[in-house]
Amino acid sequence: MMMTVAESLAPATATSGAGVTPRRRTVVWLGLVPFAVYVVLFLAIPAVLAAGSGFFDESGAFTLANLAAFANPQILAAFWASIWVAALTAIVGAVLGAAVCFALMGTRPEGFLRSAVDSASSVLAQFGGVMLAFAFIATIGTQGLLTRWLVSMGFTQNLFSHFNNGGPLLYQVPGLVIPYLYFQVPLMILTFLPAMQGLKTTWGEANAILGGTRFTYWTRIAMPILAPAFFGSLILLFANSFSSYATAAALIDQGGIIPLTIRQQLTSETVVGVSNVAGVLALGMVVIMVVLMTAYSALQRRASRWQR
Amino acid sequence: MSALRFGAEPGRVTRWVILGSVGIVFMVPIVAMLEFTLRVGQPAKGVQTYGFAHYLALFSPLNESTYDVLFQGIVNSLTICVITVAIVLVLLLPTMILVELKFPHLRRVLEFVCIIPITIPSIVLVVGFVPVYSIVARIFGSSPWTLAFAVGVIVLPYAYRPIAANLASVDVVILSEASRSLGAGWLSVLGRVILPNLRRGIFASCFITIAVVLGEYTIASFLSRNTFQTALVLLQHTDPYVAVIFAVVALVFAFFLLLLIGRLGSTRRDRTSS
Repeated sequence: MMMTVAESLAPATATSGAGVTPRRRTVVWLGLVPFAVYVVLFLAIPAVLAAGSGFFDESGAFTLANLAAFANPQILAAFWASIWVAALTAIVGAVLGAAVCFALMGTRPEGFLRSAVDSASSVLAQFGGVMLAFAFIATIGTQGLLTRWLVSMGFTQNLFSHFNNGGPLLYQVPGLVIPYLYFQVPLMILTFLPAMQGLKTTWGEANAILGGTRFTYWTRIAMPILAPAFFGSLILLFANSFSSYATAAALIDQGGIIPLTIRQQLTSETVVGVSNVAGVLALGMVVIMVVLMTAYSALQRRASRWQR
Repeated sequence: MSALRFGAEPGRVTRWVILGSVGIVFMVPIVAMLEFTLRVGQPAKGVQTYGFAHYLALFSPLNESTYDVLFQGIVNSLTICVITVAIVLVLLLPTMILVELKFPHLRRVLEFVCIIPITIPSIVLVVGFVPVYSIVARIFGSSPWTLAFAVGVIVLPYAYRPIAANLASVDVVILSEASRSLGAGWLSVLGRVILPNLRRGIFASCFITIAVVLGEYTIASFLSRNTFQTALVLLQHTDPYVAVIFAVVALVFAFFLLLLIGRLGSTRRDRTSS
């Protein structure tokens, strides 16, 4: 769809450039150089280095030996933990977020409620990180508000303070689920609300005229139309949780999920430089992200059909 | 609202039950943070005393050395903000306008490039930034501001979208042709026609850039630069109360910054509809 727009604009630029000599044309091209150089230096090169460094050993020779990391039970366990935390928080976050989107239907898009929900969602979804970790230390950490409250109620050995015989819940991998939901639900609101906004009132009226009930409206019209957008957002949430680092890093000092394992690999080396096992893990993450994003853009294309 | 509802709208009760319960659950950690910062000492016989001691301690000269890292981190983060905003304004914005005017067939390519950083987790990019920065350090030294180059990349998707949305709503090709045919030079086309029309998109993307830079932790921590977030994590071990105070302030600040963007956007819609 975007291509046709671009093509229809092409003649317009052709006319504006009619008087431009070939030499002027090259000068205009030069305008793209600074940004291109920046992107190559700070995006392309780091990305290639990150994905490629796993295939080289300390001396710089090509090797596949680092791939053995994928057979390491600890690393496999970390991948598995990353995946289940991402899946659980994505599903719960998507359902709760969709419920909030539903509740926001019919409110004025320019109204104060929507602006406030939008900004709060952006803050939590995109800039929370370390600060979200602190919020939960103050809530369900050893001295947290809720933990203390449970203790004062007589539950000295409660869920938050003693989880699975391993100390406070918050400092273990399953404990990440709670803070993660605080950026997953807002992200769902940000990504799914535009899709719900695309539901036309005329479809509801058509349904009513044809004798449909609100139940048939949801099962036969709204849900099938929203399905691609919903599953697309679900994938985005999974990817978001899977790649998130700051919150976990501020809570857990060891490994446990893949981003934390990469930290262990990068910091355990005495010399700061290209860490090769970290490179292999980074490659593993990129492969999973590429699969997720391909699925996301396919679903997004289907969803956008109903949003104009 | 009438009793007859056809579309997706929820009933009044359903709406407020959902919004109310989610809202309350989301307020709990914020309230817990505030409660945490007001605690004074350990509870005696199960009774916690409250006060502003931790807030006052911030201004006490005795603690200057303790909070030095934090204040230095904030200064560093603000410097990085300024340079990152400059990268957006000097590198990204002119490129987007140029592509729109002269190379519309490259628009998809530019969009793809700007979205990539969302697909690559920061923790992965860090693995590649470590060797790149060993070279950067040789050229520019290892002062904190150099971090802006890396953060500028992370910011691309956020900075790109508001400007792109603004560009799509204004027909810059026709506007620039009109002003060119009225005899304007390229500089006045840019300065007096295009940029004023993109004002809102540019503001929004600058604000989002600031919020992202202030919240950035991953890259700074791996490249061992002291920024606001890394300082907070350090301080959390020695003085968790002050770390939480600053976390609340930063969250509230980001909230109002983004609320301002939202308001800017809606005034534009009001004006076009009237």
